[in-house]
Amino acid sequence: MSDQKTDIRQAQKDDSMIIQKEMIAEHYKRLERAPETKEPVVYTFVPGNLTELIRSFGCLPVLPEINALQSGMRGKSREYIAEAEKRGHSEDVCTYVKCDIGMAMAGNIGPTGTKLPKPDLLLLSYTGCYTFMKWFELLREEYDCPCVFLHVPYQGEGNIEPEHRDYMIKQIKEEVIPALEKISGRKYDEDALKERLRLSVQAEDDLVWVLQSAMKKPSPIDAYFGAVYYVGPIFSAFRGTEEGVNYYQALRREVQGRLDAGLGPVAPKGPMAEEKYRLVVEGPPNWTHFREFWQMFADEGAVVVASTYSKVGGTYDFGFRHNPDDPLGTMGDYCAGCYTNHNLPGRIDMLCQYLKDYEADGFLINSVKSCNSFSAGQLMILREVEKRTGLPGGFIESDLVDPRYFSAANIKNRLESYLQMVEARRAGASQKGLSA
Amino acid sequence: MSIACVVGTDLGSTTTKSVILDGDGNILGRGITNSRSDYDRAAKVSRSEAFITARFNLLQREVEQAAGPEVLQRLLDAFRLEQTLAQLDRLHQLVSGALAFGVPGDLSVAATEAVKTIVTRIQQSELKRFEDPNPPKRSDFFRDTVGSAWSTISEEIGDPAGVSFDMLLGLYDKCIIQVENEPLALGFGDHIENALERIGGSEAVKTGVRHAVEAEFDVRGEVGTGYGRQRLPFPKEMIRSEILCHGLGASIMFGGTRTVLDIGGQDTKAIQVDENGIVTSFQMNDRCAAGCGRYLGYIADEMNLGLHELGPLAQESTRTVKINSTCTVFAGAELRERLSLGEKREDILAGLHRAIMLRAMSLLARSGGVEDEFTFTGGVANNPAAVSALRELVTENYGDKVLNISPDSIYTGALGGAIFAHRSAN
Repeated sequence: MSDQKTDIRQAQKDDSMIIQKEMIAEHYKRLERAPETKEPVVYTFVPGNLTELIRSFGCLPVLPEINALQSGMRGKSREYIAEAEKRGHSEDVCTYVKCDIGMAMAGNIGPTGTKLPKPDLLLLSYTGCYTFMKWFELLREEYDCPCVFLHVPYQGEGNIEPEHRDYMIKQIKEEVIPALEKISGRKYDEDALKERLRLSVQAEDDLVWVLQSAMKKPSPIDAYFGAVYYVGPIFSAFRGTEEGVNYYQALRREVQGRLDAGLGPVAPKGPMAEEKYRLVVEGPPNWTHFREFWQMFADEGAVVVASTYSKVGGTYDFGFRHNPDDPLGTMGDYCAGCYTNHNLPGRIDMLCQYLKDYEADGFLINSVKSCNSFSAGQLMILREVEKRTGLPGGFIESDLVDPRYFSAANIKNRLESYLQMVEARRAGASQKGLSA
Repeated sequence: MSIACVVGTDLGSTTTKSVILDGDGNILGRGITNSRSDYDRAAKVSRSEAFITARFNLLQREVEQAAGPEVLQRLLDAFRLEQTLAQLDRLHQLVSGALAFGVPGDLSVAATEAVKTIVTRIQQSELKRFEDPNPPKRSDFFRDTVGSAWSTISEEIGDPAGVSFDMLLGLYDKCIIQVENEPLALGFGDHIENALERIGGSEAVKTGVRHAVEAEFDVRGEVGTGYGRQRLPFPKEMIRSEILCHGLGASIMFGGTRTVLDIGGQDTKAIQVDENGIVTSFQMNDRCAAGCGRYLGYIADEMNLGLHELGPLAQESTRTVKINSTCTVFAGAELRERLSLGEKREDILAGLHRAIMLRAMSLLARSGGVEDEFTFTGGVANNPAAVSALRELVTENYGDKVLNISPDSIYTGALGGAIFAHRSAN
């Protein structure tokens, strides 16, 4: 019986998911061979990652948060977190950090089972999360390798000022590029960078098309749980690569196919029958119970049509594209434009815009227990968005990769209550409409 | 006579409640039982209890006209007595059976005698209670009342060298679960005749009872809510979240309700509703159930008190001790420490009640604050010290607000469920 279930689930995976799985597996294999092939390895974070630049030096990127979330999805995070706690990291520390540190302590075996190489460089692009700094401080201590810091000015006033841009270009020129030249033994090649940026734009166009397909009714995608897969390659090692471009072309064809057939997204247990609720979600998903969490939505007929989390590695749907003609400036714009670098009013505007553009019934916040950086202010966001849009907001709490913080019964209870509230308000509104 | 009705059932973590509404949406009956480990059974029992009170409601007018309200109350008390005695008989039977396996052969005669003594004494005290015009307040559940009597008598007659206290209590623990979970005949028709005989009612009363026995209920709809709602054999659309049910139930009880605070066994809910009782926003406790009903249960155990005794004792306080721990277990430790420092029990309890309400205030703030009128529901609303602490904190933070509390507030969720069922049926 259980085998049959597994078969069904396998069959329900989108083709694009299978392509992506292969891409990731190949990348990790290449990383494992890096000590022999002498390809330098750069650890860097998703928001504000300079993948095109790293790749233009022939270096391979490693994204610690991606490793942590993958460990969470593959049931490894509990032991890694325990390992880090044994070393003195407290229960309240960001669980991505602990999962990553624990993984390193346990032999640095990556999520696909291959060994991860040590970093030759830690490239810290600071885009709003102060924990990133502490995280790399710990890794620097562990690996005794150079660490370069790109300070991205916070969008405190809600925009990127010309002097912010100049400041970032200066740092990229004077600190990031020399560091990459040193570990790779290559000179900076602007043409190679421009070529990669051209590839980025192609992938970015296709990604935005896919994300915006959720404006259709029914939406052919889930723009939160599904989008987590869709943004995977572009947020990590594959921006500015041929594989990335191919993946997004395949994804676009797949979504187009569902659109043509009038089909909804494919949830873990199969295609969704009916789109009863269209939601916008703020905050990252829980990774340790990812499928269970997604299925809770799917069972209720709730489709997420837009999410802010799928913008942490770039807010392309608001028009940004890498500009190959201005390679350093565009990288600065990219870093400063990531969702994590937006101030609270900016995040509120984005949610309001999504609710309107995607004709959503309401919005949910999944607040992360161990993330002080982004959970702060979320209740304020909730109230303000409710006030501006008149649409109901809901609040769920879980964690990134600590399974101890996922209480399924509680979350299900809140989600069901929230959706029934949306339903009751919809019924109330239509009754009022009739009587008016 | 067939009476159209709907049923709402709230399967809570501690108690299960049912409310029956007639075709006009008036409350016909209410039933409650402890949720035990078997939600299915709990739902059946609370539903059956609700139909018992519904039948009492039906005979109310006839009996009151014929013999006055005292006779009706007397009949109800007699009925409850018959139920208790029937359960006690069954318990005795089961314990006697268990004796054969659980007690060493040389003690079996003495143990049989000891059990007989316990059962007889409980029977006598139940009969005495029935004769008492003002019996002391106690729990509604057989498990609690008989359990406490069984324990007291066992302590008294237990012999450490022979049939010990532990042995007697072990027998009770082993058998009470079965008494609770097997389908025992405890319905209206099963015991009303005996109850009637016990009070010796007039012909008119007998006629009223016969009518009530013959009445047929035509259940047009049922809605389930609460933690165990998924266990109810209803179609998905008839299962409602307790947030919606509490919001609606509170608005039906008090029409002006805009903010609802519900403190149940394991969760606290702060709910905002509109003028139609539709929920507009809510917050619940997450991951931790400190400050809920069970917290008080734990504290009562720590202090060797009944749950219902906590509030009144806390109200005797003259000086509230500040309790910092929000963790239930730590609060227990803090409590013992305070006691050892010589603080008075009532002052510590007052502090604990305030600590609970501080947690509730934080949820209320997160849900959007306290609007006029404010309705407090759930089992904890029956606790006078909890209510005073809440009233004080609301006034401090939000100014004067109307605070509604119904003596039937424990039924709020079930009432909301029943209203949803009523609306669907009509």
